[in-house]
Amino acid sequence: MAQLTLPKNSRVGAGKTWPAPAGAGKTRRFKVYRWSPDEGGNPRIDSYDVDMDSCGPMVLDALIKIKNEVDSTLTFRRSCREGICGSCAMNIDGTNTLACTQAIDDIRGDVKIYPLPHLHVVKDLVPDLNQAYAQLASIEPWLKTVSAPPERERLQSEEDRGRLDGLWECILCFCCATSCPSYWWNGERYLGPAVLLQAYRWIADSRDEMTGERLDDLQDPFRLYRCHTIMNCTKTCPKGLNPAKAIAEIKKLMVARR
Amino acid sequence: MASDNRPLSPHLQIYRPQLTSMLSIAHRGAGVALGVGAVFFAWWLLAAASGPDAYGTAQSFFGSVFGIIVLAGFSFALFYHLCNGIRHLFWDAGMGLELDQTYRSGWAVIAAAVALTAGAWVWACAG
Repeated sequence: MAQLTLPKNSRVGAGKTWPAPAGAGKTRRFKVYRWSPDEGGNPRIDSYDVDMDSCGPMVLDALIKIKNEVDSTLTFRRSCREGICGSCAMNIDGTNTLACTQAIDDIRGDVKIYPLPHLHVVKDLVPDLNQAYAQLASIEPWLKTVSAPPERERLQSEEDRGRLDGLWECILCFCCATSCPSYWWNGERYLGPAVLLQAYRWIADSRDEMTGERLDDLQDPFRLYRCHTIMNCTKTCPKGLNPAKAIAEIKKLMVARR
Repeated sequence: MASDNRPLSPHLQIYRPQLTSMLSIAHRGAGVALGVGAVFFAWWLLAAASGPDAYGTAQSFFGSVFGIIVLAGFSFALFYHLCNGIRHLFWDAGMGLELDQTYRSGWAVIAAAVALTAGAWVWACAG
């Protein structure tokens, strides 16, 4: 049964306010979720007033500026800063996205930043994604074949290759999975949109020869069928992909093969 | 997964409501409302079968302000669930799943449900 409220140890309290430095020009307020295993206690929201005259345009620029110049204890994941690694996925202004591709100017009012929703927090904006990674591993996301390997690579027509467009671009940031209420309530048994899009990426691949087994693996009331077409996944995907459509295609194949 | 006191990150509390998710939860809410409404409907049928006194009691309830609110809610839930159910049938066939299409169909379902509810009440009151 879904627990709609947060457990006692997870309720968020008020935190510190870090004022802008003297002589700052235009400032914006960033309200950031904070929790550290070393301090314990409940999570809190710290407010940072950032001088925008000396800050880059993206939310990640502001987070890095805060970490460098204001509060070095602020913890978050980041790597490529150009929307291809998926590390800086977080909840910004109420929806999941990548901090590196989210412009500060596109947000009105205070910039509210939380970790990806309904995950256990390791520290600050770093959530525990182990379950999601284990679910990804469970769908065996690699080419599986039974036929003898050809002399050279396994070829694919341009048309067949085209079927993978909209699937291969996924960077596994898990913005979509953690935007999905169904995944919030049943994440231990429902695979969620990110992993199901990956599953479909291999089902749709003309070179893969284990389509039937892949579908067998998803034939389950929870693993696939907890998708209720809520569409939060497609709405939130920072790469503009459509996990809901991929899931619908899997469901169609399930019916078609009966 | 967590072996220690790691907090659960906020979810419903912070996630921005959007048309698609709100219509989804409304679909489920309308389904529950129809279940409750079916009890009222069964009571009305039983009353009609039990004789003039029981039927009169039921009729006076459904004629009261509260009764009319129940009927209005039931009729809107019925038409909304019907229209959104048709939307779900298209989705099940793999159609209309692009984001802009889901927004257009979502607004269309709201408009259709309001129009059908209003139409049913005009028809019922005129007849």
